[in-house]
Amino acid sequence: MKNLKFLVFGVLFGIILSKTEVVSWYRIYEMFKFQSFHMYGIIGSAVAIGIVLMQLFKKEIVKDFWGNKIRVQNKESNFVKNLVGGTIFGLGWALAGACPGPIFVLLGHGSLAIVVILFGAILGAFIQGILRNKLP
Amino acid sequence: MIDFITQPWPWFVGGPLIAFVLFILFYFGKFFGVSSNLDHLCSIAGADKISDYFKIDLKTKSWSLLFVAGIIIGGFIAHFYLSDGNAINLNPTTVNELTQLGFADAGKSYLPSEIFSIDKLLTLKGFVILLGAGVLIGFGTRYAGGCTSGHAITGLSNLELPSLIATIGFFIGGLIMTWFLIPLLF
Repeated sequence: MKNLKFLVFGVLFGIILSKTEVVSWYRIYEMFKFQSFHMYGIIGSAVAIGIVLMQLFKKEIVKDFWGNKIRVQNKESNFVKNLVGGTIFGLGWALAGACPGPIFVLLGHGSLAIVVILFGAILGAFIQGILRNKLP
Repeated sequence: MIDFITQPWPWFVGGPLIAFVLFILFYFGKFFGVSSNLDHLCSIAGADKISDYFKIDLKTKSWSLLFVAGIIIGGFIAHFYLSDGNAINLNPTTVNELTQLGFADAGKSYLPSEIFSIDKLLTLKGFVILLGAGVLIGFGTRYAGGCTSGHAITGLSNLELPSLIATIGFFIGGLIMTWFLIPLLF
């Protein structure tokens, strides 16, 4: 099955998030308290390399597996959705100490409490989907 | 070599490796983002019968669901086979502050038992905190159109204004929670 490689990439990503302690509640608390460089270093260096990668994609210096141009789809631009949605997510991120990737990593750690957080996240996504047309 | 793997990885190893994951996904024609899978899971659970928003062709998303399944397996492997203990090397100031808030063993494991223990899970307050945090994450990421991976890393790398606005939002929410609400909740 050709999609199986994505399972392997997921395993790699899960190990990275776990070993760099990005999945630790404490690291997120520390980040929002500006008491450690750790999280800023991780996100900052990932973005710095990401910026170079995106330029290489745009200039077609790096092409995809099949030799085609790599196109990066733009995000939906809606000031209210981006800012309000982002703020709501930020509240949950700091309280749970986990964003969606780490939620799945912590499932693998065997945390039962994370099952409740994941259920809440699916519920939250469901509420968003139902209300989306009625929201600004 | 194995020592290097089992000890915590520094930021300058983690950041570039995350960028590599971003690269490999784009290289194989996909994108880097986790929170859209929350919509896919809704669809699997039957939400497509309630709202057209969840009418998703899951066959085209199987790669993404496999990626998430991999993340769970990766977490399992890292935690049970690639770990030399789980202490977090926190800033002593952070440890002091958390102790004052009632977090007894700050940094001795990945997760504080004050939020994640079974005992807390079985209290009404503890359960509501966990479920509420989840709802905020699920609602917020989907409304904003992405989470840390899709907006803060992919979107900022692509110099997109919506992602900058969303990331500013992440921090507004995170700072309000950490500085004002967590001291009230605990």
